[in-house]
Amino acid sequence: MRDFYGVSLPLPLMLGTARYPSPAVMEAAFRQSAAPVATVSLRREQGAGQAFWDMVRGLGVHLLPNTAGCHSAREAITTAQMAREYFETNWIKLEVIGHADTLQPDPFGLIEAAEVLCADGFEVFPYTTEDQILAARLVDAGCRVLMPWGAPIGSGLGLNNLHGLRSLRAAFPDVAMVIDAGLGLPSHAAQALEMGFDAVLLNTAVAEAEDPAAMAEAFALACRAGALAAASGPMGQRDMAVPSTPVIGKAWL
Amino acid sequence: MKIEVNGEAREVAAPQLDAALVELGWGAAKVATALNGSFVPAGARGETMLSDGDRLEVLSAMQGG
Repeated sequence: MRDFYGVSLPLPLMLGTARYPSPAVMEAAFRQSAAPVATVSLRREQGAGQAFWDMVRGLGVHLLPNTAGCHSAREAITTAQMAREYFETNWIKLEVIGHADTLQPDPFGLIEAAEVLCADGFEVFPYTTEDQILAARLVDAGCRVLMPWGAPIGSGLGLNNLHGLRSLRAAFPDVAMVIDAGLGLPSHAAQALEMGFDAVLLNTAVAEAEDPAAMAEAFALACRAGALAAASGPMGQRDMAVPSTPVIGKAWL
Repeated sequence: MKIEVNGEAREVAAPQLDAALVELGWGAAKVATALNGSFVPAGARGETMLSDGDRLEVLSAMQGG
């Protein structure tokens, strides 16, 4: 059974804390979905940080701080060090962004930062692509979890490269993988889990829904369905029709 | 001395980082600090000396995805 640095989650759903219409709506989304992990960030203190810290602590979930917006390994490493102290966790969602428009990860900066952070005792969740060579380098660096994107951050497009993601999943059977970014609908989450991914991480799809708490619950249900389906051994696909009702014993009419 | 705090020019009297944070109004606040791009752990703030022109970042929790 794959876990997240020794932590097994009761529900394979990680939920972001940004872009909700209000803090109360965010709390409701966590309550209604029972998502066991919340992603958080660090920004310049302007007075609201303390209240937000008290609120996320009150959710009673695992916190996964991110290095969102960092464009170099150095920036990401310093942010991770600050996040470890602030949020009191070794978990870090490592983002090293390569381009401001695509928000695509910078694979070179990602490897550099992952090597430093893993050696320093961090438990790194790298935001990566479906590239297998990059995945292998991240695993070599010490990452025991990978977070391949489904589609560009905030796009809601779902799983863009099914073949690439399927190959990645098959190539690293012992590494826990979270589909991070690009999910728009609960069916995307169900599909990811059916394919054998260990969790999904999403934010915008819930926060920007008309009813975020209800959408969070819909994602939770989809995650349960997908995980149960993966554990149940899905049937293989075939090109030809096969009747499910036996032909034997059919009346001569 | 004149330092940059979260991107803004500020004047502080105290040479140590921990005392400067009190001066800046973050005495009791839960924050994480970096000086000139390098992390300064909370336990090291007392012995971290500030110089004119230093860049100080004072961060706290924020919503994130």
